[in-house]
Amino acid sequence: MTATSPATPTTPAAPTTGTLPQDPPASRGARLHRWDVRWGPYALIAPFFLFFAVFTLLPLLYTGWASLHRIELTAPERAEWAGLHHYARLLRNPLFWNALRNTLVIGVLSTVPQLLTALALAHLLHSRLRAATFWRVALLTPYATSVAAATLVFSLLYGRDHGLVNWVLGALGAGPVDWQNGTWSARLAVSSIVVWRWTGYNALLYLAAMQAVPDELYESAELDGASRTRQFLHVTVPSLRPTILFTVVVSTIGALQLFGEPLLFGGAGGQKGGASHQFQTLGLFLYEQGWFTYHLGRACAVAWTMFLLLLLIATGHGLARRLLRKDG
Amino acid sequence: MAAGVPRRRRTAVLLAVAVLLLAGPVGCAGAGREKGRTTTVTVGTFGVFGYRQAGLYAEYERLHPGVRIREEVVERNDTYYPQLLTRLAAGRGLADVQALEVGNVHELAAERGEKFEDLSRAPGVRRSDWLPWKWAQATTPDGRTIGLGTDIGPLAVCYRKDLFRRAGLPTGREEVGRLWAGDWRAYLAAGRAYRRHAPAGTVFTDSAAGLYNAAVHAHAERYYDRAGHPLLTNGPAVRSSWDLAVRAARDGLTARLRQFEKNWDQAFANGRFATVACPPWMLGYMQEKSGPAGRGRWDVAAAPRPASWGGSFLAVPKAARHRKEAVDLAVWLTAPAQQARLFERQGSFPSTPASYAMPQLARARNPYFGDAPIGPLFAAAARGAPTLVFGPREQQIGAAFTDVGIPQVEQQGRSPRAAWAAARREIENAVDE
Repeated sequence: MTATSPATPTTPAAPTTGTLPQDPPASRGARLHRWDVRWGPYALIAPFFLFFAVFTLLPLLYTGWASLHRIELTAPERAEWAGLHHYARLLRNPLFWNALRNTLVIGVLSTVPQLLTALALAHLLHSRLRAATFWRVALLTPYATSVAAATLVFSLLYGRDHGLVNWVLGALGAGPVDWQNGTWSARLAVSSIVVWRWTGYNALLYLAAMQAVPDELYESAELDGASRTRQFLHVTVPSLRPTILFTVVVSTIGALQLFGEPLLFGGAGGQKGGASHQFQTLGLFLYEQGWFTYHLGRACAVAWTMFLLLLLIATGHGLARRLLRKDG
Repeated sequence: MAAGVPRRRRTAVLLAVAVLLLAGPVGCAGAGREKGRTTTVTVGTFGVFGYRQAGLYAEYERLHPGVRIREEVVERNDTYYPQLLTRLAAGRGLADVQALEVGNVHELAAERGEKFEDLSRAPGVRRSDWLPWKWAQATTPDGRTIGLGTDIGPLAVCYRKDLFRRAGLPTGREEVGRLWAGDWRAYLAAGRAYRRHAPAGTVFTDSAAGLYNAAVHAHAERYYDRAGHPLLTNGPAVRSSWDLAVRAARDGLTARLRQFEKNWDQAFANGRFATVACPPWMLGYMQEKSGPAGRGRWDVAAAPRPASWGGSFLAVPKAARHRKEAVDLAVWLTAPAQQARLFERQGSFPSTPASYAMPQLARARNPYFGDAPIGPLFAAAARGAPTLVFGPREQQIGAAFTDVGIPQVEQQGRSPRAAWAAARREIENAVDE
């Protein structure tokens, strides 16, 4: 960036500030240069922060303000101060706790198998395979499929009366399952969509990290007589630790925001997440409060509660990382 | 790379971006604005209203040179209504004519009435053209009418003649109507009779929630009384309709389906159930889902009690760009002659009794439904339907029963007591601010 500046006679690596006062003719250019070096980077990243301010920070703050007011969608221009009413009411609302519990349960049900499978798949792909590119592309296809398309197909598969899953179960002699109406069956079904969509993506992340592990480590492990499994457990996994932590954080954030899959899985009126809200996540609960019962203020309070939860998780992640570093 | 080329390219890119940024808003604004002497009137609807399909727009454009009509369709009212509310608050982005669903119209009249034109004073509007209860639904407490009635949903019961015959029940539509005339409990009794000799793999009706809707809409006061006080779960109409739905579910008279879901569609095709409470707008849907195999098997009989389920209005927001033209269009589209034509093409049942004597209705027979005289049949239900009392959050309260309470009993096997408590909790969450 500085190399193109016409006033710079030297390489950008050598700071010229020290020579400035002794060189009056060049001083104007030099001052510009100094200004450029100092503020240029800020100017260049400013557009991002401008967008960040307009589309993230302002809405975030406005949502916080709105969460302290009684605002109804029927007349959104009327805002009446409500203090912490919405938050207090949330804590007393069994539907909120139900949504939080569902979010955590579906989060665990989808994240844990997802990451474990991804690790195993990455390990398989890491060994020399024929048509490696094909396998990698195939892994990524679910990720490239839209949530809507994937969920619609899965809802058909999990259909009660004419679904493929029940047909297979029937062939195996097991009774049909009403996937959507059962509490655990619905959560499992929603989780399975998430697992299907994200496993390949995580596997590729792991694969990239695996390929960065130096071969010498494996060679010396082999010399020590370690089996493939032991190599995986004692060489691969520890080297992948930062990547694993990253995927855990990203999946956790994704799990907390889970929305499209349960919404579409529920069909018409999907925002309720089933007749007894058995798969209503926090995202759906927020959507229902704001756009179906028209309590915008309360929906904003849900949004802020979710935000605070994420902050809590981020703090937990920071602590975990510090502990892990001490371990290493 | 030489410095000059990227700079020239950069200039070009900048120019292109600038042109796009400028042209975007201008293009959008230009589309709605007058071009020469043509005025484009926009009509915002949810779902298919059928005006274009029935050729009504084309005819209006022919009668009014210089007016063009553009329809903006949002598929579901779930999406359409919140969008309408935000646009009303912002005072922009509104179509010139906006369709309103019956479940929302009271809320709008009560809370946003000032945002709409008073159509009772519009030229060419005669209050006596409409069914009195339809007119009342869109009228504010101070007597302004914000919407002109389009269609209504007078209820009948569609039944499968072939299944009734095999179950030993009568098959003629008068006899079938007499079987349960006057009381939905008689309908359940017929259901139990059906169950005794039911053809294998079939049940009496599709869903307990559908039955609840049909039963509850025969009562004037459901969730609110005439004075506007909330009854919520305490009204007798709600209680008796709930008992009916729960009874049907627990007696195994329902196919445990949710209406308008995939399963429901498939059950039409497979002939899983023998009856369904059907407003006229459902006939086309049933015909499509039952397919050619259902031809001549379905018929239509009178419902136990006259009721109306569903229906819409046309309104003109004060913030509409072409208010005068919009009012004229809304008045024309909802006039008896046009409503009769819409019925012929789309099956939307007119809310204007003058249409009932018109040949499109009086002589209407539906060949798919065994040549049932659907015009007079539904007109009788429309005349007998009570003036439904509506209140705020009507849809959410109804959904607490049809989407939560009743499916909990019917599909999740919970006790009616627990399901009732869940429905109450749901209503509390929806109504309380």
